[in-house]
Amino acid sequence: MSTTLTPKPKLSLDNPELRQWKAELSDSSATATPGLFSAAFLQETIAMTRRLFIQLQRRPSTLVAGVIQPVMWLILFGALFQNVPQGLFGESQNYGQFLGAGIIVFTAFGGALNAGLPVMFDREFGFLNRFLVAPLASRYSIVAASAVFIAAMSMVQTAAIIGLSAVLGAGLPDLAGLGLVVLIVLTLVLGVTALSLGLSFALPGHIELIAVIFVTNLPLLFSSTALVPLSFMPQWLRIVASLNPLTYAIEPIRYIYLHPGSWGLTSVVMAAPLGDVKMGDALAILLGFCMISLALIQPLLRRRIA
Amino acid sequence: MPPAVLVEGLQKRYGDVDAVKDVSFTIEAGEIFGLLGPNGAGKTTTIRCLCTLSTPDAGRVEINGRSVLDNPALARQQLGYIAQEVALDKVLTGRELLQLQAALYHMPAKVARDRIQQMIELLELTAWADKKSGIYSGGLKKRLDLALGLLHQPDVLVLDEPTVGLDIETRSAVWQFLRQLKAAGTTVLLTSHYLEEVDALSDRVAIIDQGKVIASGTPSDLKSRVGGDRITLRIREFTPDDEADKAKDLLQTLPCVEEAIVNDAQGNSINLVVTAQSDALMTVQQALKETGLPMFGISQSRPSLDDVYLAATGRTLMDAEIAAAGSRDLKAERKQAMKGA
Repeated sequence: MSTTLTPKPKLSLDNPELRQWKAELSDSSATATPGLFSAAFLQETIAMTRRLFIQLQRRPSTLVAGVIQPVMWLILFGALFQNVPQGLFGESQNYGQFLGAGIIVFTAFGGALNAGLPVMFDREFGFLNRFLVAPLASRYSIVAASAVFIAAMSMVQTAAIIGLSAVLGAGLPDLAGLGLVVLIVLTLVLGVTALSLGLSFALPGHIELIAVIFVTNLPLLFSSTALVPLSFMPQWLRIVASLNPLTYAIEPIRYIYLHPGSWGLTSVVMAAPLGDVKMGDALAILLGFCMISLALIQPLLRRRIA
Repeated sequence: MPPAVLVEGLQKRYGDVDAVKDVSFTIEAGEIFGLLGPNGAGKTTTIRCLCTLSTPDAGRVEINGRSVLDNPALARQQLGYIAQEVALDKVLTGRELLQLQAALYHMPAKVARDRIQQMIELLELTAWADKKSGIYSGGLKKRLDLALGLLHQPDVLVLDEPTVGLDIETRSAVWQFLRQLKAAGTTVLLTSHYLEEVDALSDRVAIIDQGKVIASGTPSDLKSRVGGDRITLRIREFTPDDEADKAKDLLQTLPCVEEAIVNDAQGNSINLVVTAQSDALMTVQQALKETGLPMFGISQSRPSLDDVYLAATGRTLMDAEIAAAGSRDLKAERKQAMKGA
């Protein structure tokens, strides 16, 4: 392979078409950043998302592992507690049925929590600088691209979990219920992805990020209602669990599973220490968590110059 | 018309390190401007402030008369930035990386397609464009990096140490390409700690040391400002201090010698600045012979940019490099830079 560049007089560096487009661009006030709801934002988000999907396509091991892991959870945890007396887990007929909702949420949460890692590596390798020196409509496109990617992964995982749960005898939610499950997972993924990306901007390096992920992941699982219901927990843990945002994703999904065709926004999905939580309350809390996450990371995205 | 780039009184601290204390320079449109200095002098920090990667603590930074801080989006559209280390996504092909870059600058589909093809041909990447960048050689990676930085046809191209770690062939290809760019009207700002690179390419130079500009002008101006020819004299391969001092004292009395120093970083060689008369070398040799001191080697040269640096700082660029390499905590600096503003 030759590394010399032979001068080519016929090739010009200039591109008149490009120059004209740039001229038009600066006429139309290039000083104003287009913002979140612009074609430019959509374009950059799609391009960044495309990169993540190309990576996945050429390195599919993450997807394979991402499906195998929740399946193992479901089978192993389900088997561990298979002989627990009926009635201990609320209305669920068996532990497998109880566990499905927890695994769906925990899997989506785990994926979103790790979303910051590739961004951290981009930062460490200097690839992120390409995004930071570019006139992005908004740096939320970096968050949006990761969130879309993780959401797509979560959908595949959720489908696998729902399918296997059905085979294991957990039944299926009704169609509207399935729609709501998807919405809950997407909201959670967006909120947690934002937090994880915020960490990847704020922490010094990937070692620190992995450490944070490590101490967050399992404690949040065990202090939620993923594995056991609130009624099963000691009082202090009930309080912790009712403050854990994961609980507000798990309980509505569990309720939808148990009451196909008869759930509604006013259904009481959980008896928390501070009072009953209705389906609508849980969804509002989840949405609030997502919005707060997105707002929290704004200064971090801006930090290297607005 | 305002200058293409204006940097005035720039200051930037990272933690308790004064990375840039006082840097000012202007670059006229169409110029190649070199920022020369040893590693750790503040070149990269200056560039980061220009390219909106860091917020300066004080000072003005303008592109085409518009403040970078107040109009970051405009500045980003006008700047192309090529970092010292080529950062590519090894799983993506060259073309896919160019497509991503085009979208980051919001190019319309057709403009992007044509421009990408143009850049692929221009940088002779045709055979490699649809292969994963992970298998590229160092030279190929640098060429793709140039294509990426130039894709949106920036007014000002900023290159941080463009040839560090490259083989000689690629290096001369990059030089040639930068000259082509200049001929096409692009303003180029490059940093380097290679004297010959800055000397060969730059229309004008700012020499920067410990966060400050210590000299600026055209390379030939700078060189003529530091006076006459240089003579480097070695009495022995490694000369003892007393002999070196003795010879220095003697040679200083010669009318043709303007200045004499003992350079202990180079085995006590004696560096002389002599008046531009033709027989200076002979006069020096004759004087040395009369004292009975031996001679290991002697050479005469026109002043170089290194002499400009030496005159301003009292050490050569190489010595500064060596000193900096010992005292710098590169890992800590990297972390600081990653923290950004």
